[in-house]
Amino acid sequence: MPKDGIGASTKRREDIRFLTGRGRYTDDINLPHQAHVHFLRADVAHARINGIDTAMAAGMPGVIRIFTAADFAGVGGLPCGWQVTDREGQPMQEPKHPVLAEGKIRHVGEIVAAVVAETLEQARDAAEAIALDLEDLPAVIDMKAACEAGAVKVHDDLSSNLCYSWGFVEDNREAVDQAIAEAAHVTTLELVNNRLVANPMEPRVALGDYAFHDDSSTLYTTSQNPHVIRLLMGAFVLGIPEHKLRVVAPDVGGGFGTKIFHYAEEAFVTFAAKELKQPVKWTSTRSEAFISDAHGRDHVTKVELALDADNNFTALRCLTYANMGAYLSTFAPSVPTWLHGTLLAGNYRTPLIYTNVRAVFTNTVPVDAYRGAGRPEATFQLERVVDKAARELGVDPAELRRQNFIRKDQFPYATPVAVEYDTGDYEATLDTCLGLADYAGFAARAEASRARGKLRGIGLSHYIEACGIAPSNLVGQLGARAGLYESATVRVNATGGIVVMTGSHSHGQGHETSFPQVVADMIGIDASQVEIVHGDTANTPMGMGTYGSRSIAVGGSAMVRATEKIIAKAKKIAGHMLEASDEDIELKEGRFTVAGTDKSLAWGDVTLAAYVPHNYPLDQIEPGLEETAFYDPANFTYPSGCYICEVEVDPGTGKVEVCSFTAADDFGNIINPMIVEGQVQGGIGQGIGQALLEHCRYDADGQLLSASYMDYAMPRASDVPNIAVDHSCQTPCTHNPLGVKGCGEAGAIGSPPAVVNAVIDALERAGKPVAHIDMPLSPARVWAAMNS
Amino acid sequence: MYNFDFVKPATVDEALAALAEEDALPLSGGQTLIPAMKQRLNAPSRLVSLLGIDALKGVCPGEGGVTIGGATAHAVVAREAAAVYPALAALAGGIGDPAVRNRGTIGGSLANNDPAACYPAAVLASGAVIVTDRREIAADSFFQGMFTTDLEEGEIITAVKFPIPEAAHYLKFEQPASRFALTGVVVAKFAEGVRVAVTGASEDGVFRWSEAEAALSDSFRPEALEGLSVPAEGMISDLHGSGAYRAHLVKVLTGRAVQAC
Ligand SMILES: Cc1cc2nc3c(=O)[nH]c(=O)nc-3n(C[C@H](O)[C@H](O)[C@H](O)COP(=O)(O)OP(=O)(O)OC[C@H]3O[C@@H](n4cnc5c(N)ncnc54)[C@H](O)[C@@H]3O)c2cc1C
Repeated sequence: MPKDGIGASTKRREDIRFLTGRGRYTDDINLPHQAHVHFLRADVAHARINGIDTAMAAGMPGVIRIFTAADFAGVGGLPCGWQVTDREGQPMQEPKHPVLAEGKIRHVGEIVAAVVAETLEQARDAAEAIALDLEDLPAVIDMKAACEAGAVKVHDDLSSNLCYSWGFVEDNREAVDQAIAEAAHVTTLELVNNRLVANPMEPRVALGDYAFHDDSSTLYTTSQNPHVIRLLMGAFVLGIPEHKLRVVAPDVGGGFGTKIFHYAEEAFVTFAAKELKQPVKWTSTRSEAFISDAHGRDHVTKVELALDADNNFTALRCLTYANMGAYLSTFAPSVPTWLHGTLLAGNYRTPLIYTNVRAVFTNTVPVDAYRGAGRPEATFQLERVVDKAARELGVDPAELRRQNFIRKDQFPYATPVAVEYDTGDYEATLDTCLGLADYAGFAARAEASRARGKLRGIGLSHYIEACGIAPSNLVGQLGARAGLYESATVRVNATGGIVVMTGSHSHGQGHETSFPQVVADMIGIDASQVEIVHGDTANTPMGMGTYGSRSIAVGGSAMVRATEKIIAKAKKIAGHMLEASDEDIELKEGRFTVAGTDKSLAWGDVTLAAYVPHNYPLDQIEPGLEETAFYDPANFTYPSGCYICEVEVDPGTGKVEVCSFTAADDFGNIINPMIVEGQVQGGIGQGIGQALLEHCRYDADGQLLSASYMDYAMPRASDVPNIAVDHSCQTPCTHNPLGVKGCGEAGAIGSPPAVVNAVIDALERAGKPVAHIDMPLSPARVWAAMNS
Repeated sequence: MYNFDFVKPATVDEALAALAEEDALPLSGGQTLIPAMKQRLNAPSRLVSLLGIDALKGVCPGEGGVTIGGATAHAVVAREAAAVYPALAALAGGIGDPAVRNRGTIGGSLANNDPAACYPAAVLASGAVIVTDRREIAADSFFQGMFTTDLEEGEIITAVKFPIPEAAHYLKFEQPASRFALTGVVVAKFAEGVRVAVTGASEDGVFRWSEAEAALSDSFRPEALEGLSVPAEGMISDLHGSGAYRAHLVKVLTGRAVQAC
């Protein structure tokens, strides 16, 4: 095996620049004559805008121009990339999402006016001089109240605050109702999946530029998918054709989903730069991030699990209210539906499943995908209700799961919720995790905790997720307005070095290290000979970007396909040079050999010939060695795994400490085990954050109460224990060339229920049983639950 | 941030003169004031930095106590008071993070009197004396409610004189987000009796729990608190905990602090 090929824990080459402060982020880019924009953002949640007086502000020092909605009359709204069809077969209600607030303010943080000035401080000064004439309206915050007849409407032109009521699988509804009515046992649970703010380390930044000489626009932005932004903004908002628009997303300091979407600020700076013939820059403050980055989760759910007398799951019924916020963010409608309902089978053979999802407009920041997107919400309700069922029935939660697992010999397995799992071995991950976590030895640890005055609990969850998003023809039927293939161009240089231009985007995932490992492995050269280029629409093929744990499964597969083309062509060249048929050429460890002979050529000999084609089959193939492939997956991939968490609860204060966390994941084949381990640990850190700490909360007037780190609790190093990560269980994906499944979101998906189950377990063992505590399980909430 | 003047005098007298200007404010570690200015929530015309005044810095053990200069950073107290007043040093060492501890100062913390800050509890439980450019103020009359103190406009805290208790302990139960005290209790045992000061809990800011003081003065054991309770009324109720929860924490933390003494 070549050094640093597939399976090697190669250190991340990009970390040298990241860890020494030499990354090049969007905010590091400054252009000559650059102006700055400060956005005047709404500080009320709901109001009619009767007037915006900018006269005084416009005359202030340094002010170049002040924009309001009126300036955007000829500009489109921010488009939504997914149309969900409701239970009646009608399209969802889709309000306009203006770049600047039009007529009404619909959430705190919405942009009301934009001041462009020579310096940022001048822009801020001028913004304070803008006079708004607002008529306050009652805020719509609570989702259930928003759905009641006569409720104040977020959008006057819609029939109600209900975006859609989605039923899935509608044909199963009556059978599910009947199975629940006839069940030997039904476990019911009402829960909240807490609203979160993604909080990537780098806040969003957008810098618009306009080149007069060729009438082209460039947007530098903190995006996970620059091509998607180019398409959405160019075609739907600003009307700039793609050949006149370049979008660059350089180093991006974390995304977690929140940098997928097309935001008003991006459209604004691109538009303003062209209007003013001057670059315009915006850098979000952390305070702005809280009220303008799309939020995540925010579901209120009732779930019912029916079991027969032998504890077999017979049906699952769910009702979920999903907060959309004030407008539909780019992929918002898909999150509680197709990324959520399709996962409700989990790892189980439950034959009948029905969910009704009601997506609701409220006067809050738009909600969209956040690490896991829909799948954490599905996993949480399922793994909590299964756990509750086990407690009610007095059986071991691990064994109730095992009994209901889809068995290893049942794959491919078609679930009742429209997906077909290709591979998996759930008992293997369960048993591995039970062993690593020393499940059997828990009693002794609990006793030791008790001696120290602490209540110890153990909780597990067994998750499945759908990654490698997604087969384009399938998602098209489900309402996606985009294809979800990925692309790669592999360019081999004359002296043998390789540049891969990928449509995937790395914003912390380590693609610059792991992608070269694949190409190097295929050719048998050192990974240092391969470089990745990404993030710039000017020099990468049209790609769909990075989210949904799709990069290695879809982007990596495109890269494999392009590399296969390279190898096929190189063999032809080598065959010609070695005077053999290309079918007889073998490529191994970077050498082309005529099978069964000692005649061979080095990789570099052949690549040089491709560009210096003196001895070359010019009558059969073109010179050069560069190939592009687009890969559209045949199915989703289905990583799965078991997570076990142990906690100690302080009975005096309710404080929960995570003592240990064990993960056994099945990601199929693995390219770089170290990176996989880091992805899992990071995801679990975020999951612990959701379970114990993070909560984005509005008051009844629509003011964000947790609008800074003073009140929004991020997990810190001391909140996360050492996490044991195992990925020895590998059932390779059957439909992509690498056999990979993706690992980016698993940690965030599987961990919250494990943590909550552990706390519930601790309280039950201490003789203070509670049915459920809503996340985050803050000390105050746990204490209140224990003492209720 | 709005524009302002900046001066960095070398003596207290120069600082007082500089503070005579309207809307001038002293600046110490800047860990509270600068963020507020960045948010445009505070707009002083002039900042008078105290950090150039050597007389305001240092930890000086003396007879029966320790005197800490008003502009002494938390990290310095954590280090240099450890031998004389370990509980105070530990409290200072638990404020914020290393950056905050290396900038933030005791004078700034006391002048600000954040209802969730740590130092006010130590000062009140110790019965310390706040020394200013013009007078000495007993802890019991210094704190006058959330963000309110007995300081006059332009008055500078130059030092804090702490008597040293026989035993003391601070327990801070952290607010999950800010990691300030959701509730914090300092128990200090003197020959004359026990003092208990509570921060983070009350809508009136730091306060003494006098019932506990009486009970613990009789019998300095956690069990002495049995039967006592703090009323939830008047306690802060917010995202992170109800008034009842905070009232409960006061008792739990007091007991544990006594245990740890
Ligand atoms: C991230 C973070 C975490 C923190 N965590 C904690 C914590 O856990 N516990 C805690 O107690 N605190 C905490 N703090 C607050 C910190 O201790 C600050 O240092 C303190 O509140 C203010 O001190 P300063 O020296 O920075 O004052 P400054 O910010 O400089 O000033 C604060 C105010 O006091 C006035 N002032 C300053 N010095 C004097 C003086 N000598 N005489 C009169 N007036 C003066 C100023 O004019 C200003 O109004 C935290 C702060 C941050 C940023």
